Amino acid sequence: MTTEHGPSVTTTTTPRRGTRALLEVRDLEVSFATDGGVARVLDRVDLRIGEGEIVGLVGESGCGKTTLARAILGVLPTNSARVGGGSIHFQGESLLDKEPDTLAREVRGREITFVPQDPFGSFNPVFTVGAQIRDLMRWKSPALRGDRPPMGRRERQRADHARVVELLRTVQIPQPEQALAKYPHELSGGQRQRIMIAMALLPEPKLIIADEPTTALDVTIQAQILKLLRRLAEDHGVAVLFTTHDLGTAYEICDRVTVMYAGQEMESATSEAFFNHPAHPYTRKLLDSLPSRDRGLRGIPGEIPALVKPPPGCRFHPRCDRATERCARERPSTETLGHAHGVRCFHPTRPGAS
Amino acid sequence: MKLLVLVLNRTFWFFPTLLGLLVITFTISHVIPADPVAFVAGDNATTEQVEALRKQLGLDQPMHVQLYRYVLGVAQGDLGVSLYTLRPIAEDIASRLPATLELTLFAVLLSTLTGIPLGVLSAVHRNSVLDHVLRVFTVSGLAIASFWLAILLQLLFAMRLGWTPLQGRIDGFGPDTVTGFMIVDSLIAWDLESLGDALAHIVLPALTLTFPAMATIVRFTRAGVLDAINSNYVLYEQAMGFPRRAIVWKYVLRNALIGTVTQIGLIFGILIAGAVVVEAVFDWPGLGLYAVQSILQSDYNAIMGFTLASGALFIVINLLVDIIHGFIDPRESR
Repeated sequence: MTTEHGPSVTTTTTPRRGTRALLEVRDLEVSFATDGGVARVLDRVDLRIGEGEIVGLVGESGCGKTTLARAILGVLPTNSARVGGGSIHFQGESLLDKEPDTLAREVRGREITFVPQDPFGSFNPVFTVGAQIRDLMRWKSPALRGDRPPMGRRERQRADHARVVELLRTVQIPQPEQALAKYPHELSGGQRQRIMIAMALLPEPKLIIADEPTTALDVTIQAQILKLLRRLAEDHGVAVLFTTHDLGTAYEICDRVTVMYAGQEMESATSEAFFNHPAHPYTRKLLDSLPSRDRGLRGIPGEIPALVKPPPGCRFHPRCDRATERCARERPSTETLGHAHGVRCFHPTRPGAS
Repeated sequence: MKLLVLVLNRTFWFFPTLLGLLVITFTISHVIPADPVAFVAGDNATTEQVEALRKQLGLDQPMHVQLYRYVLGVAQGDLGVSLYTLRPIAEDIASRLPATLELTLFAVLLSTLTGIPLGVLSAVHRNSVLDHVLRVFTVSGLAIASFWLAILLQLLFAMRLGWTPLQGRIDGFGPDTVTGFMIVDSLIAWDLESLGDALAHIVLPALTLTFPAMATIVRFTRAGVLDAINSNYVLYEQAMGFPRRAIVWKYVLRNALIGTVTQIGLIFGILIAGAVVVEAVFDWPGLGLYAVQSILQSDYNAIMGFTLASGALFIVINLLVDIIHGFIDPRESR
């Protein structure tokens, strides 16, 4: 796919793979206080995102993908959530060790931006879209970065405004100036999500966290938005962490996929390897459960465990055919099967075996 | 556009609403077993004299005829005369309205300026000591009877400490009347002595009215802020690293105020009603005191005049509130 904006020329069949780690999550544990007790929503989770890499975080509702996204951003609910251990490193710096204010000022909205799940409720209803974007630029304009030549306030605002209008055109908002003067409720869901994507790109971040960005949208618009997100991320060289419960969309836009189950990450592989040589029993069952013409609908027997009292060891073992006594005792560490293909299982399907 | 429809709609209903109000008040005041004519005529009047006076005042007619005549007069701008002083009611009300407006506006201003920030703080620091203290404060604000609070304030600040005058609106004549608001007039005349005096007089009655009004505003603002804080747009603003202060005092507050502003309109109505009691205790020469005297004397025209004035005031204020509402919440107006 040749693009007119960015210098990079990439195709979907040979995705760029981040060589240097941009984000590295290690052994992250997050607990939530609930009425029923303490729920361990993330259990020693690892996640790696390379520079410019588009990573899909796939799992069922309640598997912890949104929690992981919020933990990286540092916006877990303060009164109920607690980070119990592990580390999050972004560009080599530990995010968990930074002051909340520093994080808000220097990382969030600047190095790491966010595309929310719900474009309807994520705009403030009482301000125009333009006013909200102006505020974003007031605090997060790339012209404010230390490495840019200093500009007067007026000059900066003019430059920012031009960039906003141009980027809105890029996300296919036909009349940007009119759209800016509107209140959120006057725009359609698809338009709002396009603007959200533009807002995520405006500060020129290194990483965009998109939390199920198309779940709330009409099916016909979902594909458009996803393709737009992928194209823009490639053009701007931004890495994307994209959470979804839909394997199909993950396959379509991601370089690499990490699958989570009940608060543990199970397998991480390039999209191609993930779909063609899944190694983890859960991944295999998940792919088998995709509806198709010759197989019909097939589920995974058993239920998602309650996270207040999760099964010990590998949380999938009660539903797994290959489970042994060891699976119930300890959590497997990551076994590397091939290039950037890691699996947390004692009994994975090795390449060539299937 | 929606705003224009709203204004037209309210204007259309203005007169029917007032008419309904008049019918109710008229009926209630006339079925009370009290005979103002006997009072007016005096103890030594003969039965013939009383009946002659009754006829002269038109009070010998059936109730519906009296009501019809009254409404006809009102439609022509004639509110009738007081049975006792024979002064035109319209003049009485015009001369007393500014005192009540000044008092209630002062109380609304005071309760808004204190209630909104306190409501925000108690929501942002919910379940903190401040929040608990404010909860005690607001519950008592809503529970304490205003006449009792008024008397306690008088006892403490006027009698014991001597910091404020006991009652009244101003000592001596006060500044020249321009707006009818003592505070504004003394500022216009740059008469600082009168200004201080006016403020000293208004502070206790205003505080009495402020206490319950502020309690309502704190509670509604707190609820509105909590609602907004848990919304997806606040999550988004946090995730995009907006400064916390801007999130709370700009983005959250604007949303929270939608509910608070509606309350302020209703509070105005409650304050005008509350002013009846407070003005009586503090001898504040406003509409409330006038209403109390009129009711005690069954001065029909005066009672009706008060009802009409406060009803009209309430309708107009709520229209204003709805307009402000439309400005704060764009979903209402466009």
